[in-house]
Amino acid sequence: MTAMAATVVHAEPSFLEAGGRTGLLGWILSTDHKRIAILYLVSMMSFFLVGVTIGVLMRLEQLTMGPTIMQPQTYNAMFTVHGVIMIFLFVIPGLPVVFGNFFLPILIGAKDVALPRLNLLSWYFFMTGAVLAVLSLFTGNGPPDTGWTFYAPYSLRTGPNVSLAVFAAFVLGFSSILTGINFVTTIHRLRAPGMTWHRMPLFVWSLYATGWVQILATPIVSITLLLVILERFFGIGVFDPAKGGDPLLYQHLFWMYSHPAVYIMILPAMGVISEIIPTFAHRTIFGYRFIAYSSVAIAALGSLVWAHHMFTSGISSMASMVFSLLTFLVAIPSAIKVFNWVATLYKGSIEIAPPMLYALTFIFLFCIGGLTGVMQGALAVNVHLHDTYFIVGHFHYVMFGGTGIAFFAALLYWFPKMFGKMYNRRVATIAWVPLFVGFNMLYFTMLILGVMGMPRRYYDHLPQFHTGHVIATVGSWFLVSGLLLLLGNFVVALFKGEKAPANPWGGISLEWQIPSPPPVENFEEIPTITSSPYHFNPVAGR
Amino acid sequence: MTHAAIAEETGHIVPNATFIKVWATLLVLTLILTFVSKVFHEALSVWAMLTITPLKAGLVFYYFMHLKFEGPLLKAMVFVALGTLVIFIGMLFFDLSFR
Amino acid sequence: MTGSIADAPAAHRDYGGAKIAMWLFLFTEIILFGGLFILYSAYRSKYPHEFHDAGNELNYVIGVINTLVLLTSSLSMALSISAVQKGQQRLAMLLVGLTVALGAVFLVNKYFEWIAKFHHGLYPNSPDLLKRAPGEVLFFGLYFSMTGLHGVHVIAGMVLLSIMLVLLARKRIHQKDYVKIENAGLYWHLVDVIWIFLLPLFYLAA
Repeated sequence: MTAMAATVVHAEPSFLEAGGRTGLLGWILSTDHKRIAILYLVSMMSFFLVGVTIGVLMRLEQLTMGPTIMQPQTYNAMFTVHGVIMIFLFVIPGLPVVFGNFFLPILIGAKDVALPRLNLLSWYFFMTGAVLAVLSLFTGNGPPDTGWTFYAPYSLRTGPNVSLAVFAAFVLGFSSILTGINFVTTIHRLRAPGMTWHRMPLFVWSLYATGWVQILATPIVSITLLLVILERFFGIGVFDPAKGGDPLLYQHLFWMYSHPAVYIMILPAMGVISEIIPTFAHRTIFGYRFIAYSSVAIAALGSLVWAHHMFTSGISSMASMVFSLLTFLVAIPSAIKVFNWVATLYKGSIEIAPPMLYALTFIFLFCIGGLTGVMQGALAVNVHLHDTYFIVGHFHYVMFGGTGIAFFAALLYWFPKMFGKMYNRRVATIAWVPLFVGFNMLYFTMLILGVMGMPRRYYDHLPQFHTGHVIATVGSWFLVSGLLLLLGNFVVALFKGEKAPANPWGGISLEWQIPSPPPVENFEEIPTITSSPYHFNPVAGR
Repeated sequence: MTHAAIAEETGHIVPNATFIKVWATLLVLTLILTFVSKVFHEALSVWAMLTITPLKAGLVFYYFMHLKFEGPLLKAMVFVALGTLVIFIGMLFFDLSFR
Repeated sequence: MTGSIADAPAAHRDYGGAKIAMWLFLFTEIILFGGLFILYSAYRSKYPHEFHDAGNELNYVIGVINTLVLLTSSLSMALSISAVQKGQQRLAMLLVGLTVALGAVFLVNKYFEWIAKFHHGLYPNSPDLLKRAPGEVLFFGLYFSMTGLHGVHVIAGMVLLSIMLVLLARKRIHQKDYVKIENAGLYWHLVDVIWIFLLPLFYLAA
């Protein structure tokens, strides 16, 4: 690392203050990657809270047997919209559009991404898709009730508003694709002098792998969704059994994207953990190349396992065996990462600041999520667990306990840099308690309910599942209080937080060498890189 | 890629004659393909399609789209993209062929 | 420097980066159509005879003519870029115009093809079509979807090239900075490549 003083004082305004246009226009017309990141952050957190609300309502419905607060049709719409919002508006865009946009250029020593206007266009597509998704709640015959997976032939025939929701997802796909193109190009072209591939921060490696998945996998779902719309309007026939079509082909095409999509969700999350752990262990990361290459391996292998969502749908035994084997294989690079993170802690000088607390929580929750996933890869087990609450528990462990918690960890880590204000660290730590307890009350119980046989996407439940559902619902209340405390803490900090220094955590990657918040062009002059990004020496620190 | 290296890149000009020769080849291949498909029995025409069509596409990629004159990075990327599609189709047939 | 839209063009001049980004976008188009090719291969293997029979109902002469039209438009496109590289601005504009015109010829042929099919009662969900074997219903479903989507891309390409024509006229594309038209050319060639595959799959479905 170059010796760039962290306390340079100069008159350059931060990106928050500078601006040709003032007010709202200065934000929604800005091509500054940092402003775009914040546009995404604000919009995504809003959609996240809507998704959480729907989740709370669903849990309220399951508090009693029989109708509690809604009718079956409403419940079906609820889990559909909950899935669409959470997946397409929060978890998939997730870390790349907020932290990738904000920090990718900074971490590689660049002034912006390769295609800044395309970046803004990505956000416009995102908002358009989001508005269309919300509109589908209110137009036509009501919100879709197909589940976020829109399986044919039901999605081809059902009354409510499938086409609009599906079109929204199609538009959101463009946002994801353009972000992927931008990041891959940026990483190839704009690295600072001296930053070889093996001197890139691991978060950057993860964004690179993710970008490729966004580019190569998303178009498959784009065409699939387009075909659903064409089916509904023109009756093409490709997924309609009445015309000789094969509904399983819908599932194949859908999961050809949607499985790699979960790697879009998790790879950047893992990348962030790889940034946080060295900083708070005050040690270099263990096995840099293994972690870097495992990101690429996960992206590649993860594109070959999609039919493990279809083991009970009627695919051939040959396919089942092939995909089961590949599913076990894809767990290996993920496990390598976990091993390396834990190994990084060994003989480190560990500080459990809030980002570290949540990063360690990620490791724990992700392990449960990953292991429950591997369990489902076993064919005989899958027959019993498919479409039960076990699956619901599994994917909430990886998507929420994994990507969600990593998102919060990233926010806890980088908030002071982004906004120049420090949040209340005690509150962030306290919020963890109800969050963690509530999370496991809610989702571990689901794993048990699933093994007992409780089916998913069911509006009601039998008496033997009742206790579990009550525990889960109460857990959801703890979880949400933790969430509100955590997020409210940030909002308060925006207005009343104390000024944050350039390097509150003693990190040594490039973002900590520039002021908090950064100036518009990030660096006064582009640095020259001479060493790896985790080269902690004994005197590093505050 | 350093900023200095970016500035040095220039475009390479393909001679017009090359383009015209490629175009003529493509026309001829198209006519051969059509002839074989319409005149000969099924197996031969399927083989013709499986060889001539990718060849035509390859000519367009290599010459018209300049891929022949691009660096190894771009060639590798094209390979990855096409390979992904091939793998998707191939793995799909693990299901379709064995049902 | 505020990073507003108006400032952005002056900030970056990265020929190699622009080309990489365009190719990455082309990959998404390849995979987009790839999904349809996946469906075609699946149904072709399931209904080989119906696909063969239905294929004979398409007019292969128009298909081949359209192929030759698009191949020639790719030639004119490639030649236009060479012209820009050599500073021959007017020749370049002529060739781009020719490319767009050939695209229009393609679309006109397509229009007549489709209209003919419609007059014979062959369109998605038509009563006549639904009476036929499932394999034939799917063949025509795929035919209309794939040539339709391709046609949309031809239109998009023509719009893109028309914009390039304007930029050429205004000397915003010239010998020293022509990556935009090169990238537009790449798009056009891909549209041609997709048609190269569509021809045998539908018209020569022997």
